[in-house]
Amino acid sequence: MATVSVRAVRKAFGSTEVLHGVDVEVEDGEFVILVGPSGCGKSTLLRMIAGLENVTRGEIAIGGRVVNNVAPKERDIAMVFQNYALYPHMTVHDNMAFSLSLLNAPKEVIAAKVGRAAEILGLQPYLQRYPRQLSGGQRQRVAMGRAIVRDPQVFLFDEPLSNLDAKLRVAMRAEIKDLHQRLGTTTIYVTHDQIEAMTMADKIVVMNGGNVEQMGGPLDLYDRPDNLFVAGFIGSPAMNFLKGEIRGGAFHTGDVALPLPLQVPSGAQDGRRVIYGIRPEHLLLDAAGVAATVHVTEPTGSETQVIMNLGTTQVVGAFRERITQKPGQSLHIAPDPALVHLFDEKTGTRLS
Amino acid sequence: MTDAKPISPAEADQRVDAEVSGGVTEGEGPQLLSWDSRARRIVTVYIPLVIFLIVLLFPFYWMAVTTFKPDNELLDYKNHNPFWISSPTLDNIKKLLFDTDYGHWLVTTMFVAIGSTFLSILASVLAAYAIQRLRFRGSDYVGLAIYAAYLVPPSILFIPLAQVVFQMGLFDTPFALILTYPTFLVPFCTWLLIGYFKSIPYELEECALIDGASRLQILRRITLPLAVPGLISAGIFAFTLSWNEFIYALAFISSTENKTVPVAILTELVSGDVYHWGALMAGALLGSLPVAVFYMFFVEYYVSSLTGAVKE
Repeated sequence: MATVSVRAVRKAFGSTEVLHGVDVEVEDGEFVILVGPSGCGKSTLLRMIAGLENVTRGEIAIGGRVVNNVAPKERDIAMVFQNYALYPHMTVHDNMAFSLSLLNAPKEVIAAKVGRAAEILGLQPYLQRYPRQLSGGQRQRVAMGRAIVRDPQVFLFDEPLSNLDAKLRVAMRAEIKDLHQRLGTTTIYVTHDQIEAMTMADKIVVMNGGNVEQMGGPLDLYDRPDNLFVAGFIGSPAMNFLKGEIRGGAFHTGDVALPLPLQVPSGAQDGRRVIYGIRPEHLLLDAAGVAATVHVTEPTGSETQVIMNLGTTQVVGAFRERITQKPGQSLHIAPDPALVHLFDEKTGTRLS
Repeated sequence: MTDAKPISPAEADQRVDAEVSGGVTEGEGPQLLSWDSRARRIVTVYIPLVIFLIVLLFPFYWMAVTTFKPDNELLDYKNHNPFWISSPTLDNIKKLLFDTDYGHWLVTTMFVAIGSTFLSILASVLAAYAIQRLRFRGSDYVGLAIYAAYLVPPSILFIPLAQVVFQMGLFDTPFALILTYPTFLVPFCTWLLIGYFKSIPYELEECALIDGASRLQILRRITLPLAVPGLISAGIFAFTLSWNEFIYALAFISSTENKTVPVAILTELVSGDVYHWGALMAGALLGSLPVAVFYMFFVEYYVSSLTGAVKE
């Protein structure tokens, strides 16, 4: 087990720079998730930690040792790939034993370690099968088994669940989290799915366009997003944004006036143009609130999502109550003032 | 035959019957010649196939028939049907096997074919792997240069190669051929293997790198086992070409006992203007058997690797 430090790391392919100075600290035993839209550089960063890509500038250290010029096999890491990368011509057992056999480990040691990994993952019945004879979830488990067998300092996961169907993804999510809790190995995990990030991580690193937008615990990011990107990326359905200005102690957009947050940020003086952010689940039904015109209702059973027009802006609300209004009818809503976010209109950063 | 509605064989038969008797069933007129009808299939598939087969196999048939014909039948088409043997004989084969060095030629040819195939595959695997996976500076150009070498026709190349062979003292030895055949085998095999290596997912090698394998271990334990179909088809290709090669074998070998089968049967079984057709054809027939057997076992791999079938 070890810490991982990424310090001012830059990566360029030819003249195109894809990472513009990234700093990430991973504590010993921590589960860190790099999340962001495709092309944000998260996979590249992971591959650099694994040693599959060179570091153009900056420093990567694993367990206090700078590994910029250390070969992948000497970094004491294990990686699970998106398509699992199981060796098709080897049985499950041989797949898991491959790294140990390269080290010329004694047979008893290999048998013991593979046996233990198979037991942890429930793979004993499949040890003599070939990867093509396994289901997606089983292949995923073999890929993890291959990582566990090596007993590495750091686990690296590159979008490991994106090839699975939705139901299996949820199950494997819990399994990976459980595995981390049992083994306690430092883990860095890449995904584009913010739900995966929220549910599994100790710490989330939100990346966008080769930069780190924000880093912190899942609920910190949810409660206090640093900027518009993080606010819009974390949470599902996404946060509503309304453009407008502050006037007379309230937020005005078009004809609609909404209350300011309970703790008014210092920069929120009259006349300032801001973006008002409110999560769909923080819109409340309130007869005294503003009227919005219902556009579409989407009942999911536990809650009902309503797409409605608030002034000229379309917003989404998620309500625990059953909504009886038909499209075209109006619904009176009010934001929970304790959970309202204000962002600067120009820079997109949070006002605090 | 892909865009038609599937119909049952019975239905198809009925339609054919209708056609044959000239009758038209109610409302079915325009569909009579559907793609699935048997008549259509016979005209578009079976007849062309049969013609194709006849054209392709007739030389082999002629070869076989001539091999077993006695001389009087062979030279007299007026009194004997040229396409059939009235009194088959093994004289020609006996003559080939016992009056000439045919056994020796076969062994030499086999040795040359296996030797040059082995050498070429070894060189091609290393070259293809380096070009496709190591992506060293200029690897694309090296790939193109190898291919350009393939475009130089052997009929030009054999003159400079003869110089090399003489100076190395290899003239009239099997090594003259084993070492020169790779000049045309390596380029093709390399390109075939580059294509095949490309179809093997790159992650497998990255994973092996992290697992602690060196490049050579990856090649030996991951890439090559997965490239077996590619290796087999490259092997078949190299073996067949070396087995049948003529120009180099004619130019670089002079003594009778060192000749390869294609050259030997032509130079040793034609004395002056007398063609020993029977023995000649027997030599050709026996000489083509190993290649045919080779193909028979591996034809599926050959096709799948040339069409780039990938599996994971």
